[in-house]
Amino acid sequence: MEVLTGAGVSPGAGYGPAYLLRADVPEPAAGSRHGGDPVGEVARVEAAVERVAADLEERGETAGGEARDVLGAQALMARDPALASEVADLIAAGTSGERAVYEAFMRYRDTLAQAAGYLAERVADLDDVRDRVIAELLGLPSPGLPGDASEPYVLVARDLAPADTALLTKEVVAAFVTEQGGPTSHTAIIARALGVPAVVACAGATIIVNGTPVLVDGTTGMVALVPSEEEVSAALRSARDRESVLTSATGPGATADGHPVALLANVGGPGDLADAVSRGAEGVGLYRTEFLFLDRGQGPSEEEQEAAYREVLEAFPGRPVVVRVLDSGADKPLGFLPPTAEQPNPALGERGIRVFRTFTDVMVGQLRALARAAEGTEARLQVMAPMVATAAEARWFADACRAAGLPSAGVMIEIPAAALRAGELAAEADFFSIGTNDLAQYAFAADRQLGALTEFQDPWQPVLLDLVAMTAAADVPCGVCGEAGSDPAMACVLVGLGVDSLSMGAPALPWVRAALARHTLAQCRAAATAARAATTAEEARAAAREHLPGLADLAL
Amino acid sequence: MPERKVIVESEVGLHARPAARFVQTAAKAPIDVTVAKPGGTPVNAKSILSILALDVRHGEAIVIHADGDGAEQLLDELAAIVSTS
Repeated sequence: MEVLTGAGVSPGAGYGPAYLLRADVPEPAAGSRHGGDPVGEVARVEAAVERVAADLEERGETAGGEARDVLGAQALMARDPALASEVADLIAAGTSGERAVYEAFMRYRDTLAQAAGYLAERVADLDDVRDRVIAELLGLPSPGLPGDASEPYVLVARDLAPADTALLTKEVVAAFVTEQGGPTSHTAIIARALGVPAVVACAGATIIVNGTPVLVDGTTGMVALVPSEEEVSAALRSARDRESVLTSATGPGATADGHPVALLANVGGPGDLADAVSRGAEGVGLYRTEFLFLDRGQGPSEEEQEAAYREVLEAFPGRPVVVRVLDSGADKPLGFLPPTAEQPNPALGERGIRVFRTFTDVMVGQLRALARAAEGTEARLQVMAPMVATAAEARWFADACRAAGLPSAGVMIEIPAAALRAGELAAEADFFSIGTNDLAQYAFAADRQLGALTEFQDPWQPVLLDLVAMTAAADVPCGVCGEAGSDPAMACVLVGLGVDSLSMGAPALPWVRAALARHTLAQCRAAATAARAATTAEEARAAAREHLPGLADLAL
Repeated sequence: MPERKVIVESEVGLHARPAARFVQTAAKAPIDVTVAKPGGTPVNAKSILSILALDVRHGEAIVIHADGDGAEQLLDELAAIVSTS
């Protein structure tokens, strides 16, 4: 059995014959020329472009959702008039249609590839359009995948474009393997959405021969060629075991000895609610309200806000719903407020509650809308403010909440000053919610957006655990709503530090529930003590795991 | 020649969905339309690749030009796309 290794980005195991997505469309030879009829050649290219664009649009319409936007944008690229005129110029100079298309696309490709972020990511989309047009001109089989197959196949490719994956389902694809891509690549995202195992960044993947039986483990990143029957059944069995461990952990979150830990969902808008409910969230621990305010020239009316808040409250009758008031700042400016003076360090500038000192009416309107939304619903509405640094700010916010008729006012703990004086803030606030990402950013004075400084964002940094412990020791209920809570091992440590509730993206809920159910509160405390005694994040992680043997059941 | 100077309000700048809507709207018009950053070289507003390559971010200004029948109305439509969202 030959084994390739890549990065597992979507868990589970899959087995089936390899289906190699078309080898790359060959580059038309430089200097290739057409037969001397430029008008006919342009018409031939135009017809090919139109077929490709229409096909992309049709796939997008069939798939719907985000795929429709992506494929629609690709159709616009295919029909781009500036591109067409470059192609026509090249053809007029004698270049063959295929080569003209190739060269014209490459000019734009270079421009986009030099940019960062969003634009660079569009390069794959542009390449895909180019290859489709050239394949069409060369009469190569239209790229695409069998939408049905006698047995599910393992899709192998250099990288996958949205057009490739738009119509795939779990029934036809057993697993994905790509040579390129990372954890946020299109392949990883689509695989997780479909619930299909995937391995990306797998060197040598595209030399796998079509039809080769392939076993893929999307947790470990293993890609085994021609495995034995025993190996296949063992891998599928352990993936199933893991699955059953996850599905068997149901009900409210608690440690093995019954210490309750509320498991809540982070929600960024009404679209996230169904997922949160289906994964057993016991409420909402962080409802971000920015979606109502950003990207608009006029602020939302209180009526519009009330309707949006009521939607989330009605999804969780009898449960806590923690709403964070608007968290805007120089990096997330609001179109309907006058621009603030230039702030050289937005993260250290007027953010969160600090904005409301100037624009108090925005906050008061939001609190009023929340109070009205809660009338007649059974959810337990709690409201909290971001970027609170002092007890005086906490009191100011709590007073505003009481004036609006809101029963529970809390603060986010994301500034070290607030964590260090948690006792004073607890006298003013009804609850705490720790935002670990910003707390790490401010504790280490390390911009969380900077890739070069990611080590400081590691939630296992012992100093961060110290700040969490200080916060949790204060005399009010304390939750964690940062990324840290979605790591099952870290979740156990947070509980050991005294945290009462954990809020996370819905997909992490079953994992955290299962991890807590496998450990006693004493084990969680021992893991927390061991982690705090360490001096580095790596040591803390290793030290904690020694006290958390049940993580092995989850293959974590 | 009629023109509008507008601030791009969409969070993603003149990219993704706003860029697609912008180009689709421009492409439907039978007249020439261009976009430029203030003082920059104008590009064809019907070309998604040229628009993307301009790399207009949230909060930046653009100048939209159009010439011919219905230019004013088209400019209003295009300005609305980038200044709301």
